[in-house]
Amino acid sequence: MPVFEYAPAPESRAIANLKDSYKPFVNGEFVDGSGEPLKTINPATEEVLAEVGTASKSDVDVAVKAARKAYNGVWSKMPGTERAKYLFRIARLIQERSRELAVLESLDNGKPIKESRDSDVPTAAAHFFYHAGWADKLEYAGYGPNPRPLGVAGQIIPWNFPLLMLAWKIAPALATGNTVVLKPAETTPLTALVFAEICQQAELPPGVVNILPGAGDIGASIVAHADIDKIAFTGSTEVGKAIQRQVAGTPKKLTLELGGKAANIVFEDAPLDQAVEGIVNGIFFNQGHVCCAGSRLLVQESIAEEVLEKLHHRVSTLRIGDPLDKNTDIGAINSAEQLAKIRGLVESGDAEGAERWTSPCPVPDRGFFFAPTVFANVHQSMRIAREEIFGPVLSVLTFRTPDEAVAKANNTPYGLSAGIWTEKGSRILWMANQLRAGVVWANTFNRFDPAAPFGGYQESGFGREGGRTGLEAYLNV
Amino acid sequence: MTATTSTSAAPATPAPLVEATRDDASLRRFLLGLPGVDQVGVEQRAAGLGTRSIKKDAKRWAIDTAISMVDLTTLEGADTRGKVRALAAKAVRPDPERQDTPRVAAVCVYPDMVATAVEALEGSGVHVASVATGFPAGRTSLEIKLADTKIAVDAGAHEVDMVIDRGAFLEGRYMAVFEEIQAVKAACGDAHLKVILETGELATYDNVRRASWLALLAGGDFIKTSTGKVSPAATLPVTHIMLQAVRDWHAHTGELRGVKPAGGIRTTKDAIKYLVAVHEVAGEQWLTPDLFRFGASSLLNDLLLQRRTQVDGHYSGPDYVTVD
Repeated sequence: MPVFEYAPAPESRAIANLKDSYKPFVNGEFVDGSGEPLKTINPATEEVLAEVGTASKSDVDVAVKAARKAYNGVWSKMPGTERAKYLFRIARLIQERSRELAVLESLDNGKPIKESRDSDVPTAAAHFFYHAGWADKLEYAGYGPNPRPLGVAGQIIPWNFPLLMLAWKIAPALATGNTVVLKPAETTPLTALVFAEICQQAELPPGVVNILPGAGDIGASIVAHADIDKIAFTGSTEVGKAIQRQVAGTPKKLTLELGGKAANIVFEDAPLDQAVEGIVNGIFFNQGHVCCAGSRLLVQESIAEEVLEKLHHRVSTLRIGDPLDKNTDIGAINSAEQLAKIRGLVESGDAEGAERWTSPCPVPDRGFFFAPTVFANVHQSMRIAREEIFGPVLSVLTFRTPDEAVAKANNTPYGLSAGIWTEKGSRILWMANQLRAGVVWANTFNRFDPAAPFGGYQESGFGREGGRTGLEAYLNV
Repeated sequence: MTATTSTSAAPATPAPLVEATRDDASLRRFLLGLPGVDQVGVEQRAAGLGTRSIKKDAKRWAIDTAISMVDLTTLEGADTRGKVRALAAKAVRPDPERQDTPRVAAVCVYPDMVATAVEALEGSGVHVASVATGFPAGRTSLEIKLADTKIAVDAGAHEVDMVIDRGAFLEGRYMAVFEEIQAVKAACGDAHLKVILETGELATYDNVRRASWLALLAGGDFIKTSTGKVSPAATLPVTHIMLQAVRDWHAHTGELRGVKPAGGIRTTKDAIKYLVAVHEVAGEQWLTPDLFRFGASSLLNDLLLQRRTQVDGHYSGPDYVTVD
């Protein structure tokens, strides 16, 4: 019997309208940045996609001035109903250009097209729609009669969900009347610069949104800039701590959304087949490049063997390869550095005695790929149980009782998300109260909605994004 | 075609499964102790797998495989010998102008038509399947169900499709259902038994999983979704759960049992979604007519049209395939 081979179904890269070069966006125009241009590459092939102009410290100054002018002159004075119109327009334009954005995102980031197309881009549009709805209702958000914007927001976003994180940051800032200077990640600047085109298309007043590609030093200049009122950062805990140190003692407001090492807890009475799906979705979604990924599986000892067996079977069916292929489940690791980091941590797992299982799926020769990996016999004392791996690597631990599950789940410096799998409703509620995590999913994982606040505890950061709570981070209340 | 699914030379059923059927209480405990099914999760997974892109060679292979898995079915009060003979001819030569078209797996008829079908299919390799046991409601006594089965088997049916007593199942009288399936299985002799769960009437996915295990424990060679007379008939999520059941059964016992979605699968596109599910949920091993069937009457023509489209490079239209 021949094997059931799915034919390649690649999306055309022509849809991305890829240009040779991209430029920073300041005061409504694409400008030549005075920083050293960087080359952004396709992590699935290692080919150069485009040259991107970057900002220097002086450009940051120009952008902040433009943002301040737009804030004082137009944006903060504009009635909420008018601001809403711009946001709705941006949301519709994201939808209209969704295929272009999805393909471009997959090219630049390495994530599978089915995720950029079905998750990233639609959710980004949803955030603008949702916040557009709030723009004229801020007096009714429960913060008193006249909540005021903060001013100019400096925003720094990571490479794992480039467009979506941009939406999470820009939509609430604009809805509440702030103007922004945003720095996309060094390895994934392209969709942010297409978003700048969308701002032009929407005829957003100049200076309301400024986008400055660049490396960490530009992020640092934004954080240090005296005329910025608010810093919003999503990224690594290490950088987050540095930012917090820098901002301490200044009047700047700060929200941080940092790393995670989420526990996905499976009880013996769980719907097992769906739990296995949730485990897979929890850790292998976006190659595990998810700060709230369910990277620690806590499974009750009585079913551990069965779950592991089912998990191996299921993970073996995941298809790794060309991100533009609609049949691809797992795309490329975003960069060579990240791949090296994942390898290093996996080796530490081997060295510390965890039992490694790797999916037998074929892995492409070119590009940065890492086959889905599951570690069994992991213990709390191992690095792979404590440190964020940020890759398709799952650590499996076991527990005996609900109390032990809570103790182990909470035994981490992080606290962004958690998952509970059980058919017992009372246990879900009890567990959700015990777990120190910003989001707790029950019988599902990695579900996002603009109306649901997202954020962390402890080293996973503070402040919330999304929902009514998320607005507070951009309001003087 | 019969070798792989039979229980002959299969490893012994593991003790916990034997224990499960010891008495009413243990059967009940076993079935209620099966892992639950989360509705949102299973429907999401089924929808997600439905988006796999199958084209070109993969599609041609899938179409031919699907054709070879069809139980070409006529189950009407108005069935005549002429109609059954016409269907049998189509089963052997689905597309007369394309001799390389595979034949279907079986022709499925009421017991009184089995003799006609057997005669018409003599030597063709196409099996005759018969719905027995008071199909489709099954609301009759065990004696009559067994007699119905015996009529079909005596007339030469290779496969018997029985319906379970949904009333007894919903009342929680699992042992009654179990014993009935066992009795019918015994009456089948060498014929293969497909157990129709009528999942549309079982209402919940948890029930589908329990009924699947009940049928497997009682010795059913296949578990089948529907009679085709109740809506909803076969659905992808239900089929996912049944595929999980045979996969888990195999993991426990080493035995291979089959799955047959029936009713409402009309297009090639749908059929391919089911094949993807077979491939990714149960495993590659199940991609054979011995272990997976489509219960359908109108699906075949769409498969044939799509097959021609793949081979000829253009669509030919419904007048180019036979209506039987």
